[in-house]
Amino acid sequence: MGIAIYMMTFALIVIGIYALVAKKNLVRIIIGIAILEYAVNLLLVLVGYKKGGMAPILAEKQTSLELAARAVDPLPQAMVLTSIVIGLSVTALAVAMAMRLYDKYGTFDMNDIRDLRG
Amino acid sequence: MKDLVPLLVGIPLGTAFLIAVLAHLKGVARLTGLVATLAIAVNLFISIALWAAVLAQPDAAEPIWAGNWDGAGVPIGIELVCDGLARLMVITVNMVAMAAIIYAAAYMKRFTTLWLFHALFLLMTGAMNGVVLSGDLFNMYVFIEVAAIASYGLVAFGTESQELEAAFKYMVLGVLASTFILIGIAVLYALTGQLNIRQVAAGLAAAGRNWAALFAAVCLVGGLSLKAAMVPFHAWLPDAHPSAPAPISAMLSGVLIKAAGVYALARVVFTVFGGTPQCGQIANVLILLGTLSMVLGVFLAVGQWDFKRLLAYHSISQMGYVVLALGVAAAVAARGGDKAIASVCLLGGLFHMFNHAAFKSLLFLSSGSIEQATGTRNLKEMGGLARQMRVTSFCCRVGALSIAGVPPFNGFFSKLIIVIGVAMAGYPVLAALAALVALMTLLSFVKVQRYALEGQPAPGRTPARESPWLMGVGMGILTLVCLLAGVACWPLKQYLFDPAGNALLRGVVSAARLAMGGTP
Amino acid sequence: MKGMTPVVQNVSRLVAGFVILYAVYVVCTGHLAPGGGFAGGVILMAGVVMLVLAFGGDRARELMAENRCHVLDGSGALVFVLVALFGFFAGGFFKNFLDRGTAHEFLSGGTIMVCNLAIGLKVAAGLVGIFLALVLASRQAMPKE
Repeated sequence: MGIAIYMMTFALIVIGIYALVAKKNLVRIIIGIAILEYAVNLLLVLVGYKKGGMAPILAEKQTSLELAARAVDPLPQAMVLTSIVIGLSVTALAVAMAMRLYDKYGTFDMNDIRDLRG
Repeated sequence: MKDLVPLLVGIPLGTAFLIAVLAHLKGVARLTGLVATLAIAVNLFISIALWAAVLAQPDAAEPIWAGNWDGAGVPIGIELVCDGLARLMVITVNMVAMAAIIYAAAYMKRFTTLWLFHALFLLMTGAMNGVVLSGDLFNMYVFIEVAAIASYGLVAFGTESQELEAAFKYMVLGVLASTFILIGIAVLYALTGQLNIRQVAAGLAAAGRNWAALFAAVCLVGGLSLKAAMVPFHAWLPDAHPSAPAPISAMLSGVLIKAAGVYALARVVFTVFGGTPQCGQIANVLILLGTLSMVLGVFLAVGQWDFKRLLAYHSISQMGYVVLALGVAAAVAARGGDKAIASVCLLGGLFHMFNHAAFKSLLFLSSGSIEQATGTRNLKEMGGLARQMRVTSFCCRVGALSIAGVPPFNGFFSKLIIVIGVAMAGYPVLAALAALVALMTLLSFVKVQRYALEGQPAPGRTPARESPWLMGVGMGILTLVCLLAGVACWPLKQYLFDPAGNALLRGVVSAARLAMGGTP
Repeated sequence: MKGMTPVVQNVSRLVAGFVILYAVYVVCTGHLAPGGGFAGGVILMAGVVMLVLAFGGDRARELMAENRCHVLDGSGALVFVLVALFGFFAGGFFKNFLDRGTAHEFLSGGTIMVCNLAIGLKVAAGLVGIFLALVLASRQAMPKE
């Protein structure tokens, strides 16, 4: 199981980068941004995985040493929480800008939105 | 005194949210600009006080743990480190922010919802202070992101079609950069199990030759070079920086590409990867990127007639200078060369970073003043402004002379030190290229002065009036810095730039010492 | 933006209370179980969005002006920063200065609960503001010649 899931995560990252770089429609670029962000979050969570581990929540009557021995690593999960929020803000800002761009240019096509040149 | 350090981040952030609340209460809604200016003035005061307090032992690096979580031996808390480099960067960021927000008090009158501008500006400044102060890799990434998202909103502030288009392209490339940085941090965490910069450095040094460390280095250097607008990742800068309102262009070109780009790159290369065998390879990559940016930036700039676009291309070129100097210093230190040579290169690079913040922001502010008075950014349509706008043209002249490297302004000293340092380190071709690029920068700005300031005004154009005095004050602060930093070069070197350079060099251990089992 | 049929409106009105209660529960027990400020804020926003979709944009604009979202958003974040700065006066920056209580109790953890509530308020108000700005803003399309 070990290496296959890392391969799939990297495949998702590559798909996200492809959508971001090669697509012409603004909405598809935004979807590419979302896929890329979530794939990287998945990679971060996978880094903390421990085989047969349990969720890192301290139950009653459990000492922290037992928890540290049996649970998956909680630090990547904290990183992913922050990263999800950052991805959400970027997606919201991108969608708002895409809507305003549609108002100004009348199209979502990147090839037609090329006023700035040189 | 060291307890004041978290305030440098907390005050701008808190004031940004305070402005979001105040702007909707009747009666105080007009005071948001004043509140923002006060917050940045407090920040500047604290940053200068922090520097002045350790003049006796300038190499002091006091770590501050958030929440006092300095757990015995195991660093589970988030650390803020205020060493020499952080003190230099904090003074740079807050100085430019002060000039920009005083300038913006008069320039932004043509826009609506000004409270949003002030809140985003304070968020960006607070986040940039956080980037240079953080001692933790993921904390640095979060602050880079906050500053970047605030800047996407600020570039699109006018919501005209060009600004939106530039902001969208900037955002897409910025997201790509941030993703690569995060992948690099994930791989470093998987390798060492730590996020604290010093602990990661120790873990990497213990891991030795490692494909995973090289992959993480590639991701981090790639993402951070995109944020610092190195060639070939520079495509977003010539669209984004001219389209933003002038004080935001000054902040972006003056400090954002430095704090979030070049500073983070320096920290990663010198401190995180400093003790590893890959440091020499990474330094060579930096030298290549720096040279490409330096040369291509200035060649692309000479053909420009749009004033702000010309300034943006020159930003790429000058950042190339800084990255070249940093790369040469890292390469010399990593292969065990003379530490004095590396020190000279670092002095040149950091001095040029400080100077560029001052004169590039000054040039962008004066370009905004000219645009407001004449209504155009095209150099061919300006002319004769030296007689019609005395203050602006004086400041523009000082800025142009500084960037072109004319003595006794500050640009001359920093470029000279870089050329000498690179030549002493054994790269005479690169030193000659640096001198050539300096000559072309001079030519480019002679053209600017000839068309914008000298000559006759374009026929049929109404005479330009001088800008409001607040804009003059903003430009005056930076002019003063440009004049003083050149004259006071020696004391500044001793008290400001040398501690910063030493803080970076301390992390690098030469590969020869590593092979013999030396410790970082 | 028009609302939906009376069936949807009545069901939404019945369910909204439970959704908001669940959201507040997730926010408040952030220190005991998974959840906390961000997750609870998103659930609260989902409940409000459900009501806006059911009752239509005009009714929503009467009840929830965007200004109110901005004020709540700002005050939530301001409370968080003030908690950090108060910790500064009580020892270190961000120090946990309230009574920490015993573990696994509801009222424990010191400033964690206050921070969770502040973040929940900020996330909910911020996301509702984003939703209202994106969906209810009046736009005129200008096709390029």
